[in-house]
Amino acid sequence: MLDNKKPLEQLIESYRTVPGGLLPLLHEVKATYGYVPDYCVKPIAVALNLSVAEVNGVISFYHDFNTQPVGKNVVQICRAEACQSMGSRDVEDHAKHVLGIDYGETTKDGMVTLEPVYCLGNCACSPSVRINDDIHARVDQSRFEELINDLQKTVTVTAGAGS
Amino acid sequence: MTLRFFIPKDTTALALGADKTAVAIHEAIESGSLDAQVVRNGSRGMFWLEPLVEVEVNGKRFAFGPVLSPDVASVMDSIAIEDDLGLCDHPLFLGETNNIPYFAQQQRLTFKRSGLGDPLCLDTYQALGGFSGLRNALSISAQAIVDEIKNSGLRGRGGAAFPAGIKWQTVLDTSSEQKYIVCNADEGDSGTFADRLLMESDPYQLIEGMVIAGLAVGATQGYIYLRSEYPVAHKILNRAIAKSEEADFLGDSICGTDRRFNLEVRLGAGAYICGEETSLLESLEGKRGMVRAKPPLPAIEGLFGKPTVVNNVLTLGAVSAVLEQGSDHYKNFGMGRSRGTLAVQLAGNVKRGGLIELAFGVTLREVVEKFGAGTHSGRPIKAIQVGGPLGAFLPESQWDTPLDYETFSAIKAMIGHGGVVVFDDTADMAAQARFAMEFCVVESCGKCTPCRIGSTRGVEVIDRITKNHDQDNNVILLHELCDTMEMGSLCAMGGMTPFPVRSALTHFEEDFGINSRRDH
Repeated sequence: MLDNKKPLEQLIESYRTVPGGLLPLLHEVKATYGYVPDYCVKPIAVALNLSVAEVNGVISFYHDFNTQPVGKNVVQICRAEACQSMGSRDVEDHAKHVLGIDYGETTKDGMVTLEPVYCLGNCACSPSVRINDDIHARVDQSRFEELINDLQKTVTVTAGAGS
Repeated sequence: MTLRFFIPKDTTALALGADKTAVAIHEAIESGSLDAQVVRNGSRGMFWLEPLVEVEVNGKRFAFGPVLSPDVASVMDSIAIEDDLGLCDHPLFLGETNNIPYFAQQQRLTFKRSGLGDPLCLDTYQALGGFSGLRNALSISAQAIVDEIKNSGLRGRGGAAFPAGIKWQTVLDTSSEQKYIVCNADEGDSGTFADRLLMESDPYQLIEGMVIAGLAVGATQGYIYLRSEYPVAHKILNRAIAKSEEADFLGDSICGTDRRFNLEVRLGAGAYICGEETSLLESLEGKRGMVRAKPPLPAIEGLFGKPTVVNNVLTLGAVSAVLEQGSDHYKNFGMGRSRGTLAVQLAGNVKRGGLIELAFGVTLREVVEKFGAGTHSGRPIKAIQVGGPLGAFLPESQWDTPLDYETFSAIKAMIGHGGVVVFDDTADMAAQARFAMEFCVVESCGKCTPCRIGSTRGVEVIDRITKNHDQDNNVILLHELCDTMEMGSLCAMGGMTPFPVRSALTHFEEDFGINSRRDH
C-alpha cells in the first residue's frame, strides 16, 4: 500500500510552480495519505516559498484538510436548511447514537468517521448523506442504518476475496 | 426499430439509485436480445421523478418514473407489448416527457439542453445549437460581444445580480498583459443545485460561455472554482474540458482561429465563504479564503492582481444562450430590471422538487403550489426560505411577491441564487434563526468583528430569548446586534445573516416563546 504512494517530494514538485498551487497540492496530499500530516507542512512551505505559519493557516481555514487520519469510510450528514426541513436533525442524532461517536470522531473499529457537511446540492430529495464519493438521497433513520450495514458487508466481502 | 433508453447520471439520479436501474435495463436488453441502446443522459431536473427513465420510439420520448431496479422488468414488459406507447397503462408511465406539465410550463433558455443527451457528447451538444454562440462571438469584435451582454440585461445569477455587461466592460477597458475569467461554481447555498445540474448535464455550455467571456474581455486563462462537495460534477467537467481541448474549443486555436483560451478546474475545500467572490479569489491564489475589502474591484485588480471577470455558472451559461439567439430574444423574458429567466430551485419539504426555469415575475405561491404541489409531508406550509442560508423566511402573507430582484429587496428578502426551501408547520423557526447564527459562526472567514463575534453572541442571545431570560431586553439586543452585523460587515455573510434571523423573529415570534409569555 505504502509503495503505491507518490513520495511527498514528487507531489510538491508537481505543484511548486503552479499559480495558486497550495490548495491543489493539499488536496493531493490528502488524497494520498488520507489526511494532511504535520510533517508535510515544512517541506511544502520551503518549496512554495511560504512561511510555516502561512501553510498552517491555510490548512486550518478549510474544513476539508483534516490533520489526523480518518476512518476507512467518511460519512457526512448534511446539516443545511433543506435537509433540516426534511428531518435531518433526527438523522444526525440517530447516526451519532448508532455509531456511538460525535462529529469529527472515528468509530473504535476504524470503519467510519462522521462529519457534518453544509449542502451536497441534492436539496430536492433531502435528507442527503455522502459516504466517500457517493451521495445518497432521502436518508431517514432506517435508511442510514442500511447504508452503514452495507459498509460492513463490503468489508466482509473484500476480506473474503483477499484470503 | 432501435429503441433508445435514457437513464440520467446526475448526482440526484445517482443518489436515488440510477446506476442500479441502468444495470437492470442493460440486463433486460441482453436477456431479451432487444434492439436497443442505452444513453446515460443528464437530468431534466424533475428530481421527484428520478430515476426518470425515458424511451425513444419513432422520434418521441416517453417517460417512466421513478424507476427503481425492481420496477425495470414490468416497465420493459409494458414497452414490449404496446404498439403505441402513448397508450401505455403502466403505473409509472408519465406520457411524453415534453408534455409533463412541470416541464411543459417552463421557459427553458439556460437549461434547454439539460437531460436531452449524453452531457459529454460533443456531437449532441452541437446538434442542439451548442458552440454556435461561440462561432458568432468569433465573428464580431470584443466590444460587440460586451454590447450584446449589456443589451441582454443579463445580471449576475450568483446572488448579487450585478449587470454582467458592465462588469465585462470594466475588464475590457482595463489594460493588462494578463486577464482572467473565473467561474464561481462554489454553489454553497442550501436549497440550490442549478449550477451542479448545468455542470453535470450540459457542461459544454459553461465552457462555451467562459470562452466567449475570454474573447470579450481579452482573457486567455479561465478557472472554474468548484466546491469539493460536488464529486460527480468534478469528473464530468474534467472530461468535458479534455474533450473540448481535443476538438479545439479550448486551447491555442479556438475553432481553428488564432484565438486561445485555456481552462482549469480548481477544487474548493469545504468553506462556504469562498462563494463570496473576493474570498474565492484568495482561495484560488492558494490562501485562506479571507474576504477582501472593495475597492479595488476584482474587475480591475482580481486574481493575482489582474483584471478578472468573476461570474456564476448560470451567468456564464446564459452567455452562450445570449450569443446563440441574440440579446433581444433573451431580454424579452422577465419583468422590470430582471431580464431573462430565473432558475428556481424548489427544495426542502416539497412534494415535487426540482429545477424550474421561468421568466422573472412568477410569484412564489405559483412555484410552490403549481409546481411543488405542496409539502412532501402533506402538512401545511409554514415558511419558505428564498435565497439560501442568508435569505429571509417568508410567511404566507408574502408568498404573492413576484420573483424579481427589486421587489424582493423591497421586502427585506433576496432571490439570491434562486433556492426556494419549503418548511412545513412542524418547523421551529426559533431553531432555524439560531441555526442561521450558528452557520455564520462555523463559516465566517473571521476578518471582521461583527460577523466573527456577532454570530457567536447571536446564538447566545437567541438562547436567552427562547429560555425566557429577560426576554424583552434580549429581543432589543438581538435587533441591535443585527443592525451592527448588517452595517458593519464587509460582505454578505455577516451582512445578511440577520435576514433569516429577523424574519423569523418578526413573523414567527410565538416560536421564540414570546406570545406565550405575554399570555400569562
